[in-house]
Amino acid sequence: MKFKPLEILTHIILILGVLLMVLPIWFSFATSTHDNVSIMTEGMKFFLGESFSQNYNEVLNEKGGWSEEVTAARMFVNSFIMALGIATLKVVISAMSAYALVYFRFKLAVPIFWLIFITLLVPLEVRIFPSYKIVSDLGLTNTYTGLILPLVASATATFFFRQFYKTIPDELLESAKLDGANSWRFFIDFLLPLSKTMLAAMFIFMFVYGYSQYLWPLIMTTDEKYWTVVMGMKIIFTENYEGVALPRTGERFAYIILSMLPPVLVVVILQRWFIKGLIQTEK
Amino acid sequence: MSFLELQNITKIYPNGTKAVNETSLNIDNGEFVVFVGPSGCGKSTLLRMIAGLEDITNGEISLDGNVINNIDPSERDVAMVFQNYALYPHMSVFNNMAYGLKNRGISKEEINNKVNDVAKLLEIDQLLTRKPSMLSGGQRQRVAMGRAIVRNPKIFLFDEPLSNLDAKLRNQMRLEIKRLQRQMGVTSIFVTHDQTEAMTLGDRIVVINNGVVEQVGTPKEIYSKPNTKFVAEFIGSPQMNLFNCKIENGIAHIADMRINLNNSTNIDDAILGIRPDDILISDNGQHTCVANLVEYLGSDMIIYSKIGDQEFSCKLSSKINLNAGDTFKFDISNTLVHLFDNTNGSRV
Repeated sequence: MKFKPLEILTHIILILGVLLMVLPIWFSFATSTHDNVSIMTEGMKFFLGESFSQNYNEVLNEKGGWSEEVTAARMFVNSFIMALGIATLKVVISAMSAYALVYFRFKLAVPIFWLIFITLLVPLEVRIFPSYKIVSDLGLTNTYTGLILPLVASATATFFFRQFYKTIPDELLESAKLDGANSWRFFIDFLLPLSKTMLAAMFIFMFVYGYSQYLWPLIMTTDEKYWTVVMGMKIIFTENYEGVALPRTGERFAYIILSMLPPVLVVVILQRWFIKGLIQTEK
Repeated sequence: MSFLELQNITKIYPNGTKAVNETSLNIDNGEFVVFVGPSGCGKSTLLRMIAGLEDITNGEISLDGNVINNIDPSERDVAMVFQNYALYPHMSVFNNMAYGLKNRGISKEEINNKVNDVAKLLEIDQLLTRKPSMLSGGQRQRVAMGRAIVRNPKIFLFDEPLSNLDAKLRNQMRLEIKRLQRQMGVTSIFVTHDQTEAMTLGDRIVVINNGVVEQVGTPKEIYSKPNTKFVAEFIGSPQMNLFNCKIENGIAHIADMRINLNNSTNIDDAILGIRPDDILISDNGQHTCVANLVEYLGSDMIIYSKIGDQEFSCKLSSKINLNAGDTFKFDISNTLVHLFDNTNGSRV
């Protein structure tokens, strides 16, 4: 096979892009497998070292925090629960509200849609104190419900679902009606399967969004049992920071690598749906 | 009492457009009725009102003795084949056909039997596991038909189902639809803007224009005795020749041509219509014209000519040797002409 110059050029650009994204992660991973002394003396590593199991074992099982109660493993579980809850509820609620907005003719559907859309201008960080006040009045601080609930509405996802539903031909609804599908069945049997690539995409975005929440869990949780990975990244291992001991750089990199795994897994698993949807054009 | 009765049906859209105006119609059990008319004449709206997909502004529809105005589409026991087939893209052919049955709570075994029977009937039994995106246009059409047939409804409604097919397939499917309808004896309403489809398919044809029924009748009646100028123009290919003329004492004046109608009518503003194949060409014809253009169609040919400044065409066997620029002689028999009053378009 002969390559044209343009093809070679585009491939070089693509390869550079891949390297640009992969190399820092590789550096982090390679460094996370070395002991702290060699990192301190020799800096970031490109090749794998011998302290892999020791570093990762320490990170997962060492008790951290002020009260030394929480482990990184616990924080991963917390983050996973939070992200999963946020992503699932966001997708479900957005899909349903978009369904209501598109298919049910009620007055004010358009103003309501724009009202939802405007909330994009008021992200959690802006309304953090009112939100905290409400959640704390409800007695939900230091609970998973409190972590998840204030984040489950999504204007973005509602918007995307609405746009998608609008592209579905009316005949499909009419035909389904004649086939005896009520509005609930139409949603379950038609809209959900038809929008599964959309659902997967939204789930990925929202999972990453939930997983990378920092400010909200920081304010919400005083009990270390509910700490999340992103918060923990800052708090864990600080005890040695100003001491005489070496900074535990190896463990920190191990922590970072581990913290990337859940979102990566979600993307990898759901990407199959993505690609399936792209290959079979079903409309 | 007829099987399907429409009484003074009117449809006014929220924006004030009157799509259907005071339409009444009776359809018998097992009949194949075709609604035909130009785009936007209200024929599809009428069909959709029967299906329950459009509200009825005024009037009453009853099916099999029950008024169905306020009955949900799913309860009406009607099946519809849509113009773009509206197959469920995410379901296999089998599930497309089975979906309506599942919603009726029919047992799995029975669904299997029914779908397989209908699939065999339509020769799509090899395709049952495929998705609609993997089917050709004709196959999709069959699946759409199958989905309607398998439910064994009281009425089939077809909304221009053949217009997305190529010409050859269209003819084939047309025959097939007719054969299936005969075989199953289910009352059917077929909407089309194609007069050939209407003529070949229908037991009766309903010609609709501007939301008003112009004429109801068998294809033969509609063709041989059009009630209005519109029907005369719309049905028949090539189109009927319509001459503006003045009739004095039973003699039609078209430019300097005179046609004796053998009666004693007097109309100032009349239309005289004659089908292109009813113009008799012979060497001893009364009238003479020049052929401006000759269209050769194989067994037939069409000659375009003018009387005064009014164009007309005649269709004749291509065995006759006639070329553009030649003169030809013809007769117009007064038994074959159709007379309309141009002020209201009605037949005289």
